[in-house]
Amino acid sequence: MTSSIFLSVVPGHPVLSILIWVVVGIVALYFARSYAHQAIRSVFRVVRNAMRVAARSVLIAERNVVERNREVLLAAGLENVERFVEREFHRVDAVVERDLQGYPALHRKLSEQIAKIDEDYRESTDAPPLPPTWVNAVEAVAKIPDPGNNMVASMLGDIHKTLVKQQKQALAEYREATKKRHALLNKMMPYWRRMSQTLEDVGKSISGLQERAKAIDARMQEYEEIQRGTDRAIRMLSSSAMTQFFISGFVLLIAIGGAVINFNLIALPMSEMVGGGSYIGGFRTADVAAMVIILVETAMGLYLMESLRITRLFPVIGSLDDKLRVRMIWISLSILVILAGVESSLAFMRDMIAADIHALRASLGSGEEVAASPSKIPMIGQMVMGFIFPFALTFVAIPLESFVHSGRTVMGSALAAFLRFVAFGLRFVGNVAYYTGAALVAIYDLLIFPPLWIENYVQSRGAEAAKSGGRPAARKAAKIAVEEVSTK
Amino acid sequence: MKTCKRLVLFLAAAVCLWLPLAGCADTTSHSTGVYMLLDTSGTYARELRKAQAILNYLLGTLQPGDSLAVARIDSGSFSEKDIVAKVTFDRRPSASNAQKRAFAQKVDDFVKSVRGSAHTDITGGLLQAVEWLNETGAGRKYILIYSDLEEDLVKGQVRDIPLQLKGFRVVALNVTKLRTDNIDPRRYLNRLDYWRERVEKGGGEFRVINDLERLEKILAD
Repeated sequence: MTSSIFLSVVPGHPVLSILIWVVVGIVALYFARSYAHQAIRSVFRVVRNAMRVAARSVLIAERNVVERNREVLLAAGLENVERFVEREFHRVDAVVERDLQGYPALHRKLSEQIAKIDEDYRESTDAPPLPPTWVNAVEAVAKIPDPGNNMVASMLGDIHKTLVKQQKQALAEYREATKKRHALLNKMMPYWRRMSQTLEDVGKSISGLQERAKAIDARMQEYEEIQRGTDRAIRMLSSSAMTQFFISGFVLLIAIGGAVINFNLIALPMSEMVGGGSYIGGFRTADVAAMVIILVETAMGLYLMESLRITRLFPVIGSLDDKLRVRMIWISLSILVILAGVESSLAFMRDMIAADIHALRASLGSGEEVAASPSKIPMIGQMVMGFIFPFALTFVAIPLESFVHSGRTVMGSALAAFLRFVAFGLRFVGNVAYYTGAALVAIYDLLIFPPLWIENYVQSRGAEAAKSGGRPAARKAAKIAVEEVSTK
Repeated sequence: MKTCKRLVLFLAAAVCLWLPLAGCADTTSHSTGVYMLLDTSGTYARELRKAQAILNYLLGTLQPGDSLAVARIDSGSFSEKDIVAKVTFDRRPSASNAQKRAFAQKVDDFVKSVRGSAHTDITGGLLQAVEWLNETGAGRKYILIYSDLEEDLVKGQVRDIPLQLKGFRVVALNVTKLRTDNIDPRRYLNRLDYWRERVEKGGGEFRVINDLERLEKILAD
């Protein structure tokens, strides 16, 4: 209907009618040009400004998140270093207490050992026997010329015999003394060795202390850097958090695998206790009960680790007084042991039920009952696994803590990256809107190019006339036209 | 006084814990009920060994809490006396295994001593199955018909009754082709269509499983 009105402006000439409409449209658009330009520019400027404002808000949020991440990272880093230094100081304290507390006893022991060695040493001093005083007389007698007197010869022979006898006696005494000395020296040997061992132990403690002191020094430097909030510290902590996140995530996956195996181990026998056909919200009650047991074990493991101050997920537990904390350790450990016993029994029951089901299916298939497998190894294996899994799950607390702490940093970084991306997207959309507006203005002008061309032509002619000294009215019109062109 | 206060707090906590658990308790039944109708007329009496294999498969598959019944299709099947064995398995797997053994033994005794019936009242058997399965309160209800689906009623019996099979799955097993079917296969197809129409009109699902190598399809949803 509408199209027929459009086509019947000049009856029988639809093309001419369309042409008339096109001309009318172009003229209308030409007269509405400045308003249309303003409207198009305004609309797209609004979009662009809205996007810019939104992008700025998102960037502010991103900056806040980054700042928050930085604070969290620094706080976590400081806490870690504090824990490390605290632990090292505890160890140093233990070494000092162990070794230096016993230092007076050690000193006394060493003094006693040294005195004993000294005494033995003095006793073992080599004291060669003095030559008999009459040796000189013998020498003088020996120098007397032989007068060929038998008496003198006999006397000298006696002297010689006596001398030889004396020498033998002296040699025997010397040997006896040497033997005693060697015995004394032999007695000294264990003292030496003991003293050497004691000194070695002291040396080890001292070198251990030195190493710990070096580690503490390094950590203290790190601590200072973190306190200053340097970029290096941030980089270091971020990379450490990322590594921790992936490692703890991997270990948690392993733990989940263990929990699944554990679940399968106890789900079937649980149906013997809570019934195989009852359901809680669409889940078999036996499965829910098995899962609850595993979760309770994990929770007990968490409490145990918290009470032992290995992890710090619940500050309330860590800050309990020691008496209460020790009580909590014993309670959680006892519950774990009981649950491990329960699981072990369930594993035993599982083996029996599985064997019964297997025998039933085999008998239904062949009509004959199948005897249970004589090997007890699978049953024992299942029972051992059932007993060990609860304790293994206890250690989940450690990777869980790392995962939670490092997850905070990693999630914060991911959120910041996401916000940056959103801000970029908003700015991009804003710019696209702005240039779309410009493009639409150009397209608008393209649609009405005939009158624009005419306008330009008229203006340029007017300008030429003004230059060549035309009438004042024409000059004025040309001047206005030139001004308009220059403002555009 | 302090102890009393603690006791009250403990009871309040217990109630608070119990209420949501009671609230989320599942009221829908997750158990399965299976009623198997065995055609004992004519040549089908010899096919019962195959039916026993299906029953053994069902015994191996059904879980504690499920129900199973086996009944013969007799001249007048709408009768308790035609139920060969029926059981709702205990919730404990060990007790349920013992029940399965006893059930298998009963069916075995029946198969050994079965005598052919003169007529085939399938509708009566279906009505009996619907009644029994509704009584079990099973969530998923299956009626297995081990027959050639050729109904042969005693004169005077009224079986033109609409079946109430909403929520039931009717599975026709090992539907043997009769000698007349070989002459005119349309008779066989018409028989199947007749039962499909009756079951679906009653709000149930109908399917045919002739390949007894694929028993897992019987209880497939």
